[in-house]
Amino acid sequence: MSNLVEVPVNPEVVQDQFVVYKKPKTLTDKPLHYCPGCAHGVVHKLLMEVVDEMDIQDKIIGVAPVGCSVFAYDYMNIDMQEAAHGRACAVGTAIKRMMPDKFVFTYQGDGDLAAIGIAETIHAANRGENMLVVFINNAVYGMTSGQMAPTTLPDMVTTTTPFGRDVKTMGYPLRMSELLAQLPATYYITRQSVHNAVSVRKAKKALRQALEYQKEGKGFCMVEFVGNCPSNWRMTPLESQKFVEEKMTQYYVVGDVKVPGGK
Amino acid sequence: MGEIRLMKGNEALAEALIRVGCDGYFGYPITPQSEVIEYLSKEATNRTGMVVLQAESEVSSINMLYGAAGTGRRVVTTSSSPGISLMQEGISYIAGAELPCLVVNVMRGGPGLGTIQPSQSDYFQATKGGGHGDYHLIVLTPYNVQEMVDFVKLGFELSEKYRVPAMVLADGAMGQMMEKVELFDQIPRRTEFPEWATTGKPHDKERRIVTSLFIEPEVMEQVNLRLQAKYRQIEAEETRFQTMNLEDAEYVFTGFGLGSRIAMKAMELAREKGYKVGLIRPQTVYPFPYAIYRETAPKIKGILDIEMNSGQMVEDVRLAVGDKTRVEFYGRMGGMIADPESVLKHFEKVYLGVE
Repeated sequence: MSNLVEVPVNPEVVQDQFVVYKKPKTLTDKPLHYCPGCAHGVVHKLLMEVVDEMDIQDKIIGVAPVGCSVFAYDYMNIDMQEAAHGRACAVGTAIKRMMPDKFVFTYQGDGDLAAIGIAETIHAANRGENMLVVFINNAVYGMTSGQMAPTTLPDMVTTTTPFGRDVKTMGYPLRMSELLAQLPATYYITRQSVHNAVSVRKAKKALRQALEYQKEGKGFCMVEFVGNCPSNWRMTPLESQKFVEEKMTQYYVVGDVKVPGGK
Repeated sequence: MGEIRLMKGNEALAEALIRVGCDGYFGYPITPQSEVIEYLSKEATNRTGMVVLQAESEVSSINMLYGAAGTGRRVVTTSSSPGISLMQEGISYIAGAELPCLVVNVMRGGPGLGTIQPSQSDYFQATKGGGHGDYHLIVLTPYNVQEMVDFVKLGFELSEKYRVPAMVLADGAMGQMMEKVELFDQIPRRTEFPEWATTGKPHDKERRIVTSLFIEPEVMEQVNLRLQAKYRQIEAEETRFQTMNLEDAEYVFTGFGLGSRIAMKAMELAREKGYKVGLIRPQTVYPFPYAIYRETAPKIKGILDIEMNSGQMVEDVRLAVGDKTRVEFYGRMGGMIADPESVLKHFEKVYLGVE
């Protein structure tokens, strides 16, 4: 027995003045394949909200990675390319060089951006490619179901670090934002999260800022998101948000890492 | 008649890339073809506004090529054997996403880091796949500097016609030698781009997605069937080859690129000695001109295949002729180049019993 009651919707009642929330028009109607509680859905929505607000749906090209967000192009109603694993920054570079007047972003996870694709990431940043990199760092390989990422925290348990990440043999988690901020050609590097309402609002501002900078031709911008992965962290969505707040953001400090004119 | 110049193969190819209206070049220096990126760096951007970008690796260049080709632009990368090996994953993606573009391999000797001297040992890689999955490139094999120029234009035309990536399979000798060459006139860069290109979603049309990912097997099979249908059409319509002296030939020398050039000279030496030798020279090795070998086989006593490898194209020659005629092979490897006299001597030994 279901305790859900179907309430018929009267379209005459659903009037614009009563709408307090709706999805951005540049998100498709396809149901997301992401696990419940995953940060990807929120970041997808924020990014497309910004595209809507800047009215650049016809001027932006996205590059999807290999990883959980491999199907990002199913959800974002814009022209997109699907890159080989780790090569999104190379693909994005070329798209932007061919069409400097268009907006270009890559959307990449930690394995894609910081492991197999770190060379492409660093060199695109070092050339100051005038594009946005959206980096989702959830410290684990999601799509292949929970192996160690280059950003896995010390002592964190994954399927390939069953006794915890031993930094003596497995190295230290890479802080990509700090690493890229050292390069003279990077313009705006910021680390955000989406684990509560306040952070979501700040994160959206960061995405908007980065795309505004791209419009002005300022150069390479990256917005890193300290994400979560309830499924592979073996946590409930709520527990995973708590882990982001208590553990992840201790190592990956949220805030601007490099801003124009500042440090 | 176009402009005539004396040019090095690599530089002639680079000049042709500018003249063909290329929008972008992405590459990484490697001997024996680094003159291409050097020439373009100096000449291209000022003349046509073409983007010339030195990437951080061949892995990056081929993926830049993917991105740029996905915008519908006319784009190219060049490299040599070890660099082309690094690109194979990306080439497979480009084939899967059905993006037109040009990849140039100025071959050197292998395996491994090998040598920087000319070789033809990437025939299997170029014609039989190279990367993963069921795909083909359209592969053109220049035998002189003129074809280094002509095949740039032809390569783009065929690639864009079928949305199949094209490869110019040259070698260190073609890249490094100087010859007289006739250049075609400058073709303007395009200002309009294909419907499928990701140039920003038009308000009134569906978004465009460039991908080689089709996760449902039913769909993936359909994609494969479409690719295979294109390959069958290419095999039927785009095979190119040259023949010489087949009319009265009792024997045929064959080879591609550098090998065919040596075969040609060996044929002349053979004719001087009164041997009735003809020549078949494939210009496309995918699609391979099986038919001309099949038709010729019953009329001759044997074929001598000359390649700067251990015998790769000869497998296709044997496949073409079956047991209709005898096929012998003469090759040098590791950057060594056969001389026509040795080819002739080998011919006399295996076919005429002359020691």
